[in-house]
Amino acid sequence: MSLQSFIDQAISPWMQEQGPDHDIVLSTRIRLARNFTDVPFPLKADDTKLQIVSNWLKEHFNHQSFLEYKNLEYFDMASLQQLEKQILVEKHLISPLLAERDKVSGVLLSKNEQVSIMVNEEDHIRLQLYLPGLQLERGLTEAFKIDDWLEAKIDYAFDQERGYLTSCPTNVGTGLRASVMMHLPALTLTGKVRKMLPAIHQLGLVVRGIYGEGSKAHGNVYQISNQVTLGRSEQDIIHDLHSVVKQLINYERKARQSLIEQSGIRLEDRIFRSYGTLKYSRVIESQEAAKCLSDLRLAIDLGYIQDLSTTAVNELMILTQPGFLQQYTQEILTPEKRDVKRASIIRERLSIEDK
Amino acid sequence: MKCEVCQQREVSVHLTNYLNGQKTEIHLCQQCAIEKGYLDADEESYTIHDLLSGFFNVQANPTTKAEPDHRAEHQLTCPQCQMTYQQFNKIGKFGCSKCYQTFSSFLNPIFRRVHSGNTGHTGRIPKRKHVHLQHQRLIQNYRDQLQELVKEEKFEEAAELRDKIKDLEQEGKSSAKKGDEL
Ligand SMILES: [Zn+2]
Ligand SMILES: [Zn+2]
Repeated sequence: MSLQSFIDQAISPWMQEQGPDHDIVLSTRIRLARNFTDVPFPLKADDTKLQIVSNWLKEHFNHQSFLEYKNLEYFDMASLQQLEKQILVEKHLISPLLAERDKVSGVLLSKNEQVSIMVNEEDHIRLQLYLPGLQLERGLTEAFKIDDWLEAKIDYAFDQERGYLTSCPTNVGTGLRASVMMHLPALTLTGKVRKMLPAIHQLGLVVRGIYGEGSKAHGNVYQISNQVTLGRSEQDIIHDLHSVVKQLINYERKARQSLIEQSGIRLEDRIFRSYGTLKYSRVIESQEAAKCLSDLRLAIDLGYIQDLSTTAVNELMILTQPGFLQQYTQEILTPEKRDVKRASIIRERLSIEDK
Repeated sequence: MKCEVCQQREVSVHLTNYLNGQKTEIHLCQQCAIEKGYLDADEESYTIHDLLSGFFNVQANPTTKAEPDHRAEHQLTCPQCQMTYQQFNKIGKFGCSKCYQTFSSFLNPIFRRVHSGNTGHTGRIPKRKHVHLQHQRLIQNYRDQLQELVKEEKFEEAAELRDKIKDLEQEGKSSAKKGDEL
């Protein structure tokens, strides 16, 4: 397979669009946790019970289309290869937890990969919706439409006092986890992220580094999401998250500006060294690749590099993960061989002439 | 309290480990917890699950398990999924929707802790199944507004709103009847 056609398969269509504040916000995700009222949660349900849930979803939603989310297709976890599951994880379409489950479980995916409905993960239903850039409000509206569409056919476990009932007490109430993926290189470089964390936590939000291979941090990308799901309306939750993210965007932009002003030449040096590493290295670990890709993204955003698009960086962030590397080479690779393959894919992609 | 591993950062993770039936408690900072593999920053449910089972032990079961006073709650069992309170306390997760009623008397402190002091839902209501709830909430909202209007002596608007509420209540009654017939 040529690299280009592999990329076309690997990158979800929505990722190729540029959303609001795309220089800092990679994507927005809305997740709703829902359960059937009469079936025990996956923790306590046997396979017969779990089958009821998955059959119901297959029967009513497989091969259905709703709004622009066309051709939902159900994938049974048991029928997928290990590598196929890993790739779905690397595309964030399913969680690592679902990939590891040996119980009856699956996922309904829309053709455009914007909607992913995990079945029998920790809850019966985990509805996820992705949008490029910062689009919390729109994400919530869309997710609600899909939620209503599902609810037309499903009796949700719902309680007047506690809201949507979930297996974990951390999701009860709205069942909403809204998260925003942010690239914060300047705030990280200047050590400011660390100082902001306590304040962000106090607002009921959680910040996580995005992790690549093993537990190594992946290129200055953070996921900011709400912790509280009970006692606040979905709109309020989204609103708070949005304003914190907006603040972070402001701080990041200011930090970038002062980096240019105060240490322009050193920043430029760092950026082009990273570019050189990506262009010419023969062996590269995921951690180093992530760091260099972060520098490259920053370079594009700041205009230091103009003959390359952010899309190329987005693609490489995804393609250089272990599952994709192995999918591309069509073989199981040792970590050392992966590092070699990673370097060669990066070189190849960067040599494709960009618009 | 300082982290057991690095002895430097503040503790933010309390873990309860069950090894060969032995219960040990570990107190770590976030960073050490991740490095030691207790916390997987990528998988939220796992992370919070571990945090929570720590919380539960502190929260709902502050003294040792031998205390006779706690016997009763330990024997609570969910009629639908057979989860016991003890299991719930250990795993930190509900087995089914009935668990919420079964363990209801223990839940407020847990929810308060996890959800910044909140215990009751104020968000969305399922459209199809719980129309009457939406109705009720709408009426309640209007009633609150009505009080405000009266306070502000905006009687004309208040009267309009009162009629609206009456209509809604009437609507509610007739749709409830329809529901009964079905
Ligand atoms: Zn520590
Ligand atoms: Zn139960």
